[in-house]
Amino acid sequence: MFFLQDPPPDTSGYMIAGYIIAFFVMGIYVASLIIRWRNLNQDQQLLEELETERHKK
Amino acid sequence: MEKKPTALLVLDIVSLILLAASTYFALVFAPTEAVMGAVQRVFYFHVATAWVGMLGFIAAGVSGIVYLRTQNTKWDIIEFAAVEISLVFFFIAILLGSIWARPIWNTWWTWDPRLTTAAVTELIYIAYFMLRQGLEDPDRRARFGAVYTLVGAVSVPITFMAIRLFRTIHPVVIGNGDPNASGGFSMSGDMKVAFFFALFAFTVIFIDLFWNRIRLGRLQEKVEQLKLNISQ
Repeated sequence: MFFLQDPPPDTSGYMIAGYIIAFFVMGIYVASLIIRWRNLNQDQQLLEELETERHKK
Repeated sequence: MEKKPTALLVLDIVSLILLAASTYFALVFAPTEAVMGAVQRVFYFHVATAWVGMLGFIAAGVSGIVYLRTQNTKWDIIEFAAVEISLVFFFIAILLGSIWARPIWNTWWTWDPRLTTAAVTELIYIAYFMLRQGLEDPDRRARFGAVYTLVGAVSVPITFMAIRLFRTIHPVVIGNGDPNASGGFSMSGDMKVAFFFALFAFTVIFIDLFWNRIRLGRLQEKVEQLKLNISQ
């Protein structure tokens, strides 16, 4: 009786939206980690330079 | 500049491969569910992200206990990292659930016990960030944060058990659920493969992000210390 069964509804739009949103949110988070890491590294370098200058004086 | 450990670099690459493979299993390998159609494929990432979210909240609670016992700031950094990552993944789980619910329940949101407890859990951990931002003294911030995550972790088993304890429309795919649940289905062999692979992949991704976030926390602490040294 399989041939009498209704085909599943077309809900692919929701599926695509779901996966796009999931990847978008994950991407934003990973990008935020990379940006914060870079900024902190720059801060660290700058502060270390300042400290060495202070020690020289 | 501190060099990234090779093991972490390898874990980054493995995580990316696992994410791609998990997407393949969910979107291509698993068969289309007969009643719900393609939207059922959202389920694989929905459960996996929720699992990772809960795992991190529990890890934060455990870190909170260890911090309170040892007073070592390392555990405060670990706790904060766990909450941050879990908040992101739990948010994705809620969004995916809402997208699935629209064609299946004919609504984006309903105040069902599972949805309500999940929303409350997310809000509890958003408030955790607000609490921390409101405290200037690092010791007090860490102590309050530890107690907060310990209490907040109670919301995790409540959310997990909500569909098993209360009358709900949220389906229980593994185990016995409420007969009033709508949108349930029994998993075929290929669906189980996609499902367990997603759980495994997201657990590895969580570990990778957790490690990266802990390193970021340590660097943050180092910068704070340098700032203090210079200002003195």
